[in-house]
Amino acid sequence: MDKTILPLHVTDLAFSAGGTNLIDGISFALEAGPRTIVLGPNGAGKSLLLRLCHGLIAPSSGEVTWAGANESRGGSDPARRQAMVFQRPVMLRRSVSANVEYALGLRGVSKNARQAQIDEVLSRTGLQRFARTPARVLSFGEQQKLALARAWALNPQVLFLDEPTASLDPAGTRAVEQIIAAIQSGGTKIIMTTHDLGQARRLGDEILFLHQGKLIEKTEAQSFFERPASNLGQAFLNGDLLW
Amino acid sequence: MSDFAAAFSSAVSLIVGLDAGLAEIVLLSLRISLSAVFIATLIGLPLGAATAIFRFPGRMGIVVVLNALMGLPPVVVGLIVYLLLSRAGPFGVLGLLFTPTAMIIAQAVLIFPIIAALTRQVVEDLWEEYSEQLQSLGATPARAMPTLLWDARFSLLTSILAGFGRASAEVGAVMIVGGNIDHVTRVMTTAIALEVSKGDLALALGLGMILIALSLGVTGAAFVIREAARG
Repeated sequence: MDKTILPLHVTDLAFSAGGTNLIDGISFALEAGPRTIVLGPNGAGKSLLLRLCHGLIAPSSGEVTWAGANESRGGSDPARRQAMVFQRPVMLRRSVSANVEYALGLRGVSKNARQAQIDEVLSRTGLQRFARTPARVLSFGEQQKLALARAWALNPQVLFLDEPTASLDPAGTRAVEQIIAAIQSGGTKIIMTTHDLGQARRLGDEILFLHQGKLIEKTEAQSFFERPASNLGQAFLNGDLLW
Repeated sequence: MSDFAAAFSSAVSLIVGLDAGLAEIVLLSLRISLSAVFIATLIGLPLGAATAIFRFPGRMGIVVVLNALMGLPPVVVGLIVYLLLSRAGPFGVLGLLFTPTAMIIAQAVLIFPIIAALTRQVVEDLWEEYSEQLQSLGATPARAMPTLLWDARFSLLTSILAGFGRASAEVGAVMIVGGNIDHVTRVMTTAIALEVSKGDLALALGLGMILIALSLGVTGAAFVIREAARG
C-alpha cells in the first residue's frame, strides 16, 4: 500500500485576481476518511479552492501541503495520487475505453495491465457496452460517469469533484452519487463542492462552508445542518440571499 | 462562342484520351504540390501547436508574423527563393533553380504559415477545453501536444487542405523558380498561363477543368472523412 498523502494542510491560502481577493486567508486540515463537502453560494470560491488544492493554479500566497510531500525518498508524488472530476466532463475525442486508457498511460500503467483496469471501471460504472463508442456521442450523464470512471481507474487517494451533478437530472445525479460512494468505499478521500443542500446532506460527513472567499466554518455535517455555528451558515440553510 | 465550344470539346477529348503531354503536366503538378504540403505540414503542425501551448518570450510576435505570412504573395515568395537559389545566392552551389525541387521549396515556404497559423488557432481552442483535465491527469504541456494534435485531427485536415488549395492554385512562385520548362518544370497553372497567351485554349481549358476537378475531389474526400468520423 502506498504511503498516504493525507492529511492535507491548507495554510493562509489566498488567491486574488484583478485586485479582488477571491480566496481570502483560508486555513484548514483534512484527514483521510470523512467525505468533505465544500458548500456555499455561487461565487463563494468553492471551485477555486478545489483547483488550488489540486494544484491546477498557484496561490497568490499561503500553502497547500500534503503529507510526505517533502520526503523525497519513499514519499509518493502527491499530484499523482489525486484525481479531479469537473462540472463539465472533458471528453477526449476518442472511444470510451481509450479515454480511460489515456489516463492510465499518463500515470505510467504498463500496456498489458491497462485492459483489465479499463474493463473493471467501465463495468463498475455501467459503461461496458459503450466501450467502443466515441466518448463525445455519449449523453451528458454518461460522459460524467466516464469522467468518474477515468478518475477511478487511477485509484487516487484523493478525488476532487467540482459540482459533478450540477447539470444532471435526478436519475443522473443519483447514479453519480452512487459511483462516488463506491469510490469512497475503496478508501478514496472525497472532496466535493456543491451548492445543493440536499446533496450535501446525503453525501457530507463534514462541511466546509465558504462565503465570499472566506472559510466561515468547518463543521461535522450533522451539527452544521442542525445548529450551524455561524449566522451566515444559518442564513444559507434558510435559503436567504447572502451578500 | 463557337471558339469556346471547339476548345471545350477538344479539352474533353484530351482528358478522355489521357493525352500524354497533359498527363505529364498533371502528375508533375501533383508531385510538387503534395510534396510541398507534406513538408509544410511537418513544419507547420508542430510550430502551430507549440505556439498554442507553450508560453515563451516572443510568442505573440510569432503568432502575428504567421498570421501576416498567410497572405504572402506567391510572386514575392518566388522572387525570394529565386534569389536564394540563383547562382550568386547563398544556396546557388546546389544548382536547384529551375528544377522541381526549387518549386517544392517555394510552395512549402508559401503554405507553411497557413498550416501553422490555422493549426495554432485549432489547437489553442482545444487546449482551452482540455488544459485543466490534462494537467489534472498529469500531462505536461510537451506531453499534451501530441494529444491535442491527434484529437484535433479532423480540423487540422482542413488546415492542411487549405495549404494544398493554395499550393495547387498558385502560379507566381512556381513560374519564377521553375521557369515553366517543357517536360521539366511545367505544371498546370504555368501551362494554363502559357497556353492562353499562345492562344491554345483547348489545352488550357482541359488543364483548368482538371485543376477544378482535383480541388473538388480533395475537398470532397476531406468532407466525407470528417462526416464519417463524426458518425
